[in-house]
Amino acid sequence: MTLPLLLVMTLGHAAGAVGALVARSGPGARGVATAGAIVGSGAGLVLGLDTLIRGTPFQLEIPQLLAVAGGVSLRLDRLSAFFVLVVEVVAIPSALFGGAYSRAWEGTPSLRPLGAMLNLFLLALSLVPFADNIVTFLLLWEAMSVASYFLVLTDSDQRETRQAGLWYLAMAHGGLVLLMAAFLLLGASAASTGFADLRTAAAALPGHTRNAVFVLVLLGFGSKAGLVPLHVWLPLAHPAAPSHVSALMSGVMIKMGVYGLLRFTLDLLGGGPPWWGGVILAVGAVSALLGVLYALMEHDLKRLLAYHSVENVGIIFLGVGAGLMFRSYGLMPLAAVGLVAGLYHTLNHACFKGLLFLGSGAVVHATHTRNMEELGGLIKRMPRTAFCFLVGAAAISGLPPLNGFVSEWLVFQALLGGPTLPRPELGLIMAFAVGMLALTSGLAAACFVKAFGITFLAMPRSDHAAAAREVPLAMQLGMGALALACLCLGVGPSLVVPTLGTAVAGLGGLPAGLLTEMPRLALEVPGTAGVIAPAVLAAGLCLVPLAILAAFRLGSVDRRLRVSDTWGCGRIGQTPRMEYTATAFAEPLRRVFAELYRPTEDLSIDFHPESKYFVQSIAYRSEVIPWFERLLYAPVVAFLRRTAFRVRWVQAGSLHLYLLYMILALVVLLLVSRWTS
Amino acid sequence: MRYLVSLGEVVLALLLAPGLAGLIRWMKARLQNRRGAPFWQPYLELRKLFGKEVVVSSNASWLFRAAPFVIFASAVAATALVPVLAAPMVFDTMGDLLVLVYLLLLGTFCLALAGLDPGSAFGGMGASREVTVAALAEPTVALAVFALALSAGSTNLGRIVVATLTDPARAVSPGHLLAFAALFVVTLAETGRLPVDNPATHLELTMIHEAMVLEYSGRYLALVEWAASIKLLIFFALLGNLFVPWGVARALTLESLLVSLGSFLLKLLVLAATVAVLETRVAKLRLFRVPELLSVSFVLALLAVSSSFLLR
Repeated sequence: MTLPLLLVMTLGHAAGAVGALVARSGPGARGVATAGAIVGSGAGLVLGLDTLIRGTPFQLEIPQLLAVAGGVSLRLDRLSAFFVLVVEVVAIPSALFGGAYSRAWEGTPSLRPLGAMLNLFLLALSLVPFADNIVTFLLLWEAMSVASYFLVLTDSDQRETRQAGLWYLAMAHGGLVLLMAAFLLLGASAASTGFADLRTAAAALPGHTRNAVFVLVLLGFGSKAGLVPLHVWLPLAHPAAPSHVSALMSGVMIKMGVYGLLRFTLDLLGGGPPWWGGVILAVGAVSALLGVLYALMEHDLKRLLAYHSVENVGIIFLGVGAGLMFRSYGLMPLAAVGLVAGLYHTLNHACFKGLLFLGSGAVVHATHTRNMEELGGLIKRMPRTAFCFLVGAAAISGLPPLNGFVSEWLVFQALLGGPTLPRPELGLIMAFAVGMLALTSGLAAACFVKAFGITFLAMPRSDHAAAAREVPLAMQLGMGALALACLCLGVGPSLVVPTLGTAVAGLGGLPAGLLTEMPRLALEVPGTAGVIAPAVLAAGLCLVPLAILAAFRLGSVDRRLRVSDTWGCGRIGQTPRMEYTATAFAEPLRRVFAELYRPTEDLSIDFHPESKYFVQSIAYRSEVIPWFERLLYAPVVAFLRRTAFRVRWVQAGSLHLYLLYMILALVVLLLVSRWTS
Repeated sequence: MRYLVSLGEVVLALLLAPGLAGLIRWMKARLQNRRGAPFWQPYLELRKLFGKEVVVSSNASWLFRAAPFVIFASAVAATALVPVLAAPMVFDTMGDLLVLVYLLLLGTFCLALAGLDPGSAFGGMGASREVTVAALAEPTVALAVFALALSAGSTNLGRIVVATLTDPARAVSPGHLLAFAALFVVTLAETGRLPVDNPATHLELTMIHEAMVLEYSGRYLALVEWAASIKLLIFFALLGNLFVPWGVARALTLESLLVSLGSFLLKLLVLAATVAVLETRVAKLRLFRVPELLSVSFVLALLAVSSSFLLR
């Protein structure tokens, strides 16, 4: 059953990719690419669900392929199946959305590569969790990065996009180098590069090597996941890509960093000393808080969402870090809570971030701008998009009864288990993390009041926004499906959590059977004794308004309604310029966190030549400086530039010289191999 | 029977809430040598508002009309989680203290969006300030929850009450006292009392809550105002029954319920008097001084957690 599905998945994406390249540029190419993506991802969805629920691992070895490097080896266990599921849950709606959305590229040379690369990207994404030896993993990992790099470059005629692509490529490959170093350390004493052999070899490694592997793996996967301070590429690359690709990159691709970290630290290394968990916890807390703080200052809708991905990856790492720490002290039930919380938030973030990026894509599609200060009033022009975006905004803010709340609650419950740790200072760290997480979710709610309120409510602030129309049905369906997923994951955690409990069982010595028994409607966390029943809560939240309406009907309540102007202190007409702007909305928080933002302000007022009481024009510029990024990256970039300049003579453009290099390299390698053997 | 009592508790809380707001107003007036409206004035106001026509801005969307219902529903759901008379309650398994906090955040979220919807600058200003205060108050609340959960072993409110009732020494532990102080500051901020917000003014430079609800009228305004007073009652009930749980009925006899009702009213009275005195004594803080106040409360909550750790 599994092998045919895998074949359908691969062939569907392959057919989509090839078809998009050969079909006539236009609706044909779009249709083929979309169909291929949906068929492939649909097969992947069934595959992931099947393995996740039944739990029979699937294995496929193809030693003939790439025999030099140990052959291709694929394996799907419950953890990988979960991540395949995460990929496909976002992939199908995004592909559907993208089919209609990519119409904007019709008539440009980008259309066909866009469809082809989308399919290759989806294929690589869904295959990464399958990899069962180092070569397969690295190849798929690189395919995923490169395909997404080309997708980012869809609008390569814009300078910003090219720059974003360069940053992305540099960060992705920097990460790759670190990962390779980690794998070399890990695989040095192993019988083969297969994961099973690595697991046995890792147990025998000395402590400092294991620590080095952990640090390298954390940095390598952290750069993909977008942990602070390795997150710089996210706010550049995610907005530059087409929106359905942004949904996939932000919702899914960065989660592969989470997968990699779990696979390597927890599964292959089998967990480590408590400070591993502590580091992950600390990095997660900092990422969560800084991500949301920078998002607050952002008025580009897609950049704002990209910063929120940094925040949510931070929340995921809070859960994972707490889980690892509890595991080190043998507190297995709490460890399972932490890890399951991380995984649940991974799935939830995929759903609501996918939804929000698709929503922002719909906004861009209808108004051709991402700048919130030019938007407004879209709720009347695009009611369905607005509703879906609102669901996503409430979910990412962690409001009940949607999915973001449930997973944040689980993370809280894991952190609240801190006092059971044998060392009180670690418990205090957890208490601090609780405070950071609460501040993060409060700020996220503030940020999404801004994002939704300024973009969709009140009056349009520009002509583009005023002329917006609702997007095509396929795009609405894509958003609607994800909105529904947000609701279902929010009210049905008692079904999700036991499944996730089985996915983490067996990893790093976690016993099976943790978190697998749940009351039917409630979510109960063993170890901390917190109970919630989101389904009952949701029912209550729906019933109360109905009861009020019924009471209005029965009671002597006046039900007349008159539409009139907004009250305006006696002024005659209301214009959009009187509305609050996104900048103004975030101003109180900018002042509160001025130490972090270090904002620069530039105000110039042009007075009337005759009297300074009449202002002709006011120009106001304000910028938030990401100072720690500059502090960290400017020296690195400068160093790279200097070095590149110095070694430039090596690449002189002469073919003869290059041939000489090759011969020299060959000779040196032969000599080396002779000496070492 | 237990379901009936629990439902009765919710209804009682909903009915008491406007009176509580009126009581504080009346006490404040007496303290300021004014005669003041009677404490039942808010009920009259609600009746009046329910009987009035609604005027909605032409810029507003369906969200503006749906928000009062969501705000009220979230307040009702939060009330169901609070132990008013008896513990443990039926609704205890529906959610815990964190759910309560996030339900209130849901109300704030909707109210802030509704403030932005008519497109007036007042609404935007109020919304912006409200979410700032709410976000900055959040970590204090979470740490106070942490401190309580630390001693009770659960975040569910009923269990916290029962744990404190079975071991009364907990109530005077430094952790509890500090958490109480922290939550009291947050109560002032979250329910829009002085020194954070002035519930008695419509002066545009200082207002937060009033600015957001400026466009509401008629039955919508009634729901929003009622929900605001419910929020006040919820916080008072938390302060009263979580930290000083004596009087809360553990068995459902008529006698213990009556004792419980009496003690609950007494607690409300004491807290209302405290707030009234405080509001006559302090001036409103500048908006950008509010974060300092909230960081003080955060430090208090952090101290509460640490002392619970060290004195365990």
